[in-house]
Formats: sequence, C-alpha cells, structure tokens
Amino acid sequence: MSTATTTITPVMPAKHYLNDNYGIRSWLLTKDHKRIALLYLGSITFFFFMGGLFAALIRLELLTPAGDLFTSDTYNKLFSMHGINMVFFFLVPSIPATLGNFVLPIMLGAKDLAFPKINLLSWYIYIGAAFFSLAVMVSGGVDTGWTFYTPLSSGFLRTHVALMAVGIIFAGFSSIFTGLNFIVTVHRMRAPGLTWGRLPLFVWSNYATSLIMVLATPVLAITLILLAMERTFHIGVFDPRYGGDPVLFQHMFWFYSHPAVYIMILPGMGVISELITCFSRKRVFGYSFVAFSSIAIAVFGFLVWAHHMFVAGISQYSAMVFSLLSMAVAIPSAVKVFNWTATMYKGTVSLETPMLYALGFIGLFTIGGLTGVMLAALGMDVHLHDTYFVIAHFHYVMVGGMVSAYLGGLHFWWPKMTGRMYPEAPAKLAAIITFIGFNLTFFPQFILGYLGMPRRYHAYPEEFQVLNVLSSAGASVLAVAFVLPAIYFLWSLKYGQIAGDNPWKATGLEWQTSSPPPTHNFHEVPVVTAPPYNYGSDQEVTVVH
Amino acid sequence: MHFNLPLFPEQASTIAGQVDAFYLFLVLITTFFSLLIALLILFFIIRYRRRPDHEAEQIHGSTLLEIVWTAIPLGITLCIFVWGAVLYYRIENPPTNALEIYGVGKQWMWKFQHPGGQREINTLHVPTGRPVKVTLISQDVIHDFFVPAFRVKQDVLPNRYVYSWFEATKPGSYHLFCSQYCGTNHSAMIGHVIAMKPEDYAEWLASGKAEGSLSSMGEKLFQEFGCTTCHRPDSGARGPNLQGLYGRPVRLSDNRVVVADDNYIRESILNPNAKVVQGFQPIMPTFQGVVSEEGLIQITEYIKHMGTQESEPINNRSTPTQLRDNEVPMIQQELQQGGQPAPSGKKP
Repeated sequence: MSTATTTITPVMPAKHYLNDNYGIRSWLLTKDHKRIALLYLGSITFFFFMGGLFAALIRLELLTPAGDLFTSDTYNKLFSMHGINMVFFFLVPSIPATLGNFVLPIMLGAKDLAFPKINLLSWYIYIGAAFFSLAVMVSGGVDTGWTFYTPLSSGFLRTHVALMAVGIIFAGFSSIFTGLNFIVTVHRMRAPGLTWGRLPLFVWSNYATSLIMVLATPVLAITLILLAMERTFHIGVFDPRYGGDPVLFQHMFWFYSHPAVYIMILPGMGVISELITCFSRKRVFGYSFVAFSSIAIAVFGFLVWAHHMFVAGISQYSAMVFSLLSMAVAIPSAVKVFNWTATMYKGTVSLETPMLYALGFIGLFTIGGLTGVMLAALGMDVHLHDTYFVIAHFHYVMVGGMVSAYLGGLHFWWPKMTGRMYPEAPAKLAAIITFIGFNLTFFPQFILGYLGMPRRYHAYPEEFQVLNVLSSAGASVLAVAFVLPAIYFLWSLKYGQIAGDNPWKATGLEWQTSSPPPTHNFHEVPVVTAPPYNYGSDQEVTVVH
Repeated sequence: MHFNLPLFPEQASTIAGQVDAFYLFLVLITTFFSLLIALLILFFIIRYRRRPDHEAEQIHGSTLLEIVWTAIPLGITLCIFVWGAVLYYRIENPPTNALEIYGVGKQWMWKFQHPGGQREINTLHVPTGRPVKVTLISQDVIHDFFVPAFRVKQDVLPNRYVYSWFEATKPGSYHLFCSQYCGTNHSAMIGHVIAMKPEDYAEWLASGKAEGSLSSMGEKLFQEFGCTTCHRPDSGARGPNLQGLYGRPVRLSDNRVVVADDNYIRESILNPNAKVVQGFQPIMPTFQGVVSEEGLIQITEYIKHMGTQESEPINNRSTPTQLRDNEVPMIQQELQQGGQPAPSGKKP
C-alpha cells in the first residue's frame, strides 16, 4: 500500500461521507461528525471574516491620531465586536469543533463521537447563538469590550449588553457539549490496542481542552447571568451603588477567561505535534512530556486568573501568589517548544505548507509566551497592563499561534476532508505572507505599549502615529494572507489533485482510511499495535485489518 | 508626523530607571530564547532537509534533557518573579513622608485637589524630588491613573480609595492617561502631570486661587451637615469623638477591631451602620448622595487634622470610644497575628 500510492495515480473512493446522500436535509440533520465539522468550518470561517472586518475598520481608524473616521461610540463598538466575535465565535470553537470534530474520532478508530446527536445540537446552539449575537451587533451592538467590566457594563452603557450576554451564554453551551463529547469519546471509544500512551498528541491536547471547556464555561454563564440581572434588576452584586463589588466581576470573568485562552491555544499545540512529526518523519521527542504538559497547562490555567488584575486593587499578597503561579504555567509551554524543536533533530525535514505554518507557530508562540512571562512579572505589569503591549502579546499567541496552527492543520487535513489537494504554490505564498503581515502588524504594538499607548483608544497622541501606521500597513498584508486560502481552498474542491488515502505518508489512523473517509470511517475496526508517530518503520504494522 | 522613534518613554521618576532595567533584562531573555529557537529551527531545516535515500534517525527522547529544559526555565522564571515582586512592592507602597494629593476620576475627566485647597482639572502639578502620594477614587465606573513617564498605573475604583505614588525626578509635562476602558470618551480622558522644581511648585501653589485648605473646607462641611451635633468631645455626645481618630484602631460593636483609615471614614459617612463603634447606637443617618467625592475627601482631611486626642478619651463613657494608647500595640499585634483583617484597601 505504501509503495502503491507513490506510483499509481490516486483515485477517489466510490463511496464516501460526502456522496453518501445528498440534499439540504442530509446536511442539516446529519449525525456524522465529519459533516458537522464542515458545518462548523463554514460557520466559523464566516465569523472569522466578520471579526476580521471589524479589525480592518479599527486599523483604518488608527491610521491617524485624531478620531476622524468613526465617532467614539462607533469605535468602541468596533473593538468590542471584534473581540466578542473572534473570541467566542471563532477562537473557542475553531480547532476543536472543526479539525477536532473531523479527525478526533477517526484518530481513535471510532465510527463517530460518543453522542452524535449532542454533537449536532452543539452546532445548532452555536449557530443560533452566533446569529443572535450578529443580530444584536447589527441592531446597535455593544460597546463594553469583550471583557464586560462592571460597573460600566452593568450600570452605565445603554447598548444591548444583556442580549449579548445571552448570546455568549448559549455559545458556551455549545462548547460544553463539544467538550463533554470529546471526553467520553476518548475514554470509551478508542480502538483495540489504542492505549492512552499511544494516543496522538492532538487527542491529548483536545482532551485537556475539553476538561477546561466543561469545568470553566459554567462560570462564564454564571457571571454573565449575574451581569444581566444586575443591569435589569439592580441586584447589587457588581455595582457599588447597589452594594456590589466591581472587582468581584473581574475575578469571576477571568476565572473563565484565563482558562479560556488555554481552550484557544491547547488544540493548536496538538496540531503542531502532528505536523512537526509528519514533516520531519520523526517520532515526537519526549512523547509523555508533551502529552502531560497539556494536562499541566489545563490544571495550572485555573490558578492564575488574577494576573489580569495586578493593578485592579487586589491585595499585594494575592498579587504575589498569582504572579508565582503564572510563572509555573510558563514551564509546560516551554517544555513543549523545546520538544518540538528537538523532534526535528536528525529528521528529514520537508517544508510543505502545513510545516511552514507549524514553524511559524513555534517562533511566534515563543515570543507570545515569553512576553506573557513579562506581563506576569509584577513590577513589569504595572507599566504594561492595559497598553498595546498586552494587545501584541495576546495576538502573538492567538493569531501568530492559534490561527497559524489552525491554518496549518486545515492544510494538513484538507485532503482527508475533501479528497483533494490544495495547490501548493499559492498556499506556501499565503503562509509566508501571513508570517510577514503578522509581524508587521503586531510587533510595532509591543513598542507602542512600552511607550505607554493605552488599549481601546479611539484617538491617540501624535507621537504614536508612525508605529500605528506600520501596524495598519501590516494588517492589510495580513488580510491578503487570509483571503488567499479561502480562494484556493474553494478552487481545490473542484480542480484540486486527487489526494489519495495518505498524501503525506503520515502515521495515525486517520490516514489509514480513504480520503474522504466513508461515513462510518472504517470498514473494519482497526487494531493498533504500534506506538504513535511510528515513522521510520514499516507503516503497515501499525494497523491490522 | 514625528519621525524619531524612541523605544522607551521618558524616564521622569525614581522608579522609571528600575522598571526600564527590569524591562531590558526581560527583553534580553525573550530575545535570547526566541533567537535560540529560531536558529535551531533554521539549522535543522537546512541540515536535515529531506534528501533521497536519507532516513530519519528515530530518537524517543531524553529524560535528562527534559529535566534540563524544565529546570532552566523554572530557575529563570523564579528569578523574574522575585525581581518583579520586589519592584512591585516598591511601586505599590508609598513612603510615609509623601506629599498627599487627592484625585477623583469621572467620565471623562480627572479632578485633583491639593492639601492647600488648590483644585485643577486634567492637570496635576507636582514638585520634583519629593514623593507624592495620590489618593484616588472614581465617581462612576473604573478608571485608571497611568503616567507612562513615571511607570505607575493604578485602577481607580468607585467606592474605595486606592493609592499611587511617585517621585518625579525632572521638571516637565508628562502624559496622564486613563488606561481602563470607561465608555464613550475613554481616549479623551487624558491630561498632563506637570512636574516642577520645588520652588516653582511653591510659587504655583501660592498663585492658585484656593478657598482655603482642604481641611478648612472639610471643617465647613462638617458644620454644614451638622456632624458636630453628635460628634462632640463631651460626655453627652451621641457619636464617637473624632479627635485623633485617624489611623488608630477602633473597636466595633461586634468586637472586631479596624483601623480608622480613609476607607473606613468614607464608609462610615456613607453607610454608617456597616461598622458601628462599640458603645454607640446605630443612629447616624446616611450621607449617600448628599456629599460629593470631593466633599468626602475634604471631611476626611479635616478629621485627619483634628489633632491628637488627650491621653484619656474626653467623652467619659463606660466603654471608651477609641482604644487607649497603651492598648494600641497590643491590638496591632493581634491584627498581625491574623486577627481581624483591616477593613479594606491595600494593606501589605
């Protein structure tokens, strides 16, 4: 089989999940995790471009120091909706709900997720919540920022804060359902021989993510319900005018939202482990360290929330405890970066598009992570807090890291999902443009931040203009880099080369079935007899049919 | 457009140089590790590029290496933590001899009051070479007092005093930003801190039109609101005597002991029944919505300056209003040993 794919032109399988049945009903009522993944893919792509549009308008306004393009209220709505869109309707569902949904069950050798109907329900809740929020945005939007700090949000703003809270609460249920489904599936539906020590690292990282989704998301729901009740009934939890404490909101919000940034980055880390091994033809260096570092990140992630609050009026003792714990969360991330790099050692490295994104991820995530350590250092954070330095740090992790990983994973599994290859040349070009555009957009923001430009400023002093112009120029390059894949992916659906079962000659069960896979993934239950990333040995032995 | 591109904001406070030194150290660490990873990747993709007839050598890992690259980052981050914590401690704790200035943030302006009664909006004049402690409170939402040239930042909360301090080192005009998003005109809630040589500052103070010192304005309010009716230094008083109260521990009706600081005094005016002094009835009406934040600051300043009490509390009650002087060290010890915490605010 492995030699055959290189000499004989691959052909499409006669029957697969895409042509199993047709019509709108077959999609909207599907219980197939692969089709649900594609539903998610389409929806989050739409919301990614919505969020991108808001970002473009923000960068356009910031070209000049004066707030001359939009009114302040409009600008405030733009950055709020950029954040809400990107965080809750793109980043949180991105990799788990699309790539995870598609490949996780196949990687486990399962026919589907444990609860296919709940999986579909999760998409319906997501899409309902997302379009509800979109309607809220169109009909006036919110100007709270994605962080909804009280008492501004609970007692002062006159926009649709409570409605937006409802949208986000519902979106939270969709991620709880996805998390629940993944946890049960990983525990109960692994193929014979697929022990925990043989799980692909993508599964480990999605498992860790799912734990956070299930445990942290309810706290966000509670917080936003209290916020909505405070607005409507003045119950006096957060607003001091009614006897509440505004800082309490920040504790509750970050108790979810800090773990949530690990919801956003952990699945990306899983993708990178798959890509680095495949394109280096190497076993992952230190498998168990990489696997358990995901769990460590998930656990420590719950204990660091108040590092967002060092100047918010918390006691100096608790600031020190949270700073120390935040340092601890940097260690497992560092361990991952070192192991990925070491994986390439003595490999045979080829630079196809997914690998370019993976290497971009490692570099940008390293910068994002280390600047995170700077922010966790108490004396430093006082100056940097709420400046553009934080914006730059966050985007290095979320765009440089997460979006790179997402795009890398999408290119990697695209042939599996569609049966066709994307065109390599424009894809490589897009990967390189992403890297350049990204750095041009966000690197100047580190300097801006240290110079003291606060975030969420509609207008700014003149001396910050040069760096802002650079950043806006970078954003336009980045926009090109994100539109390109949308074009050639669509093109490849019809004109792309037939991929064959395993175009990358990768290990992992998902490459042992046809591309696209049959509806039930495998014709026979696969049996696993070898460790993961068993590159360099005859791949035939990994699966016995 | 300015075309000179500085990488650092101006250094204009005693702490700024220390923060910049720490920043440089952190940038160095960040650059070192980012370059290390980038160069390793670059080396590997060239040295181990895919060539025909070239097999990868499978390596499972190395526990020794894992320990090394866990221990080294752990060591470095611990150093960063300690350095950061020491610096934070300096930034957060004002020296006791600091000049006290009061600031009130509101959507969307800053109002400052000097002890001499001079008031200003969106501008804050301070002397160089002397620590300045700014006591801050917000009238509405959370704001943030941020002076990049001084490297200080503090969220300004409603309903609670917080503090920021700095010692300006060179005269000049520096940006004051609100850096906590506070609604429509957040980016217009900016101003300037003008640092002046002490003699210029004294001159500026003298030229300012003030209706009287903060404490005297507070005294006026104290009379106006009829506080003196109950808070009298005589035996018939229905309220505790306030002379010498400021900064001293007070025993409450539920036997807790709190320190009578700014936050306690403010709370006792706005929500008198929250912490009633032992031996008194909860009969004081609230002044919520009656006294402005500026007024509260003035009254507090007046109480601060009410002078020290005689050795014996003057109102001759069976339960003394305040604690006697010889009790103070004992109670302070009690507090330190994890007794009742201080009411609120930042206590290290």
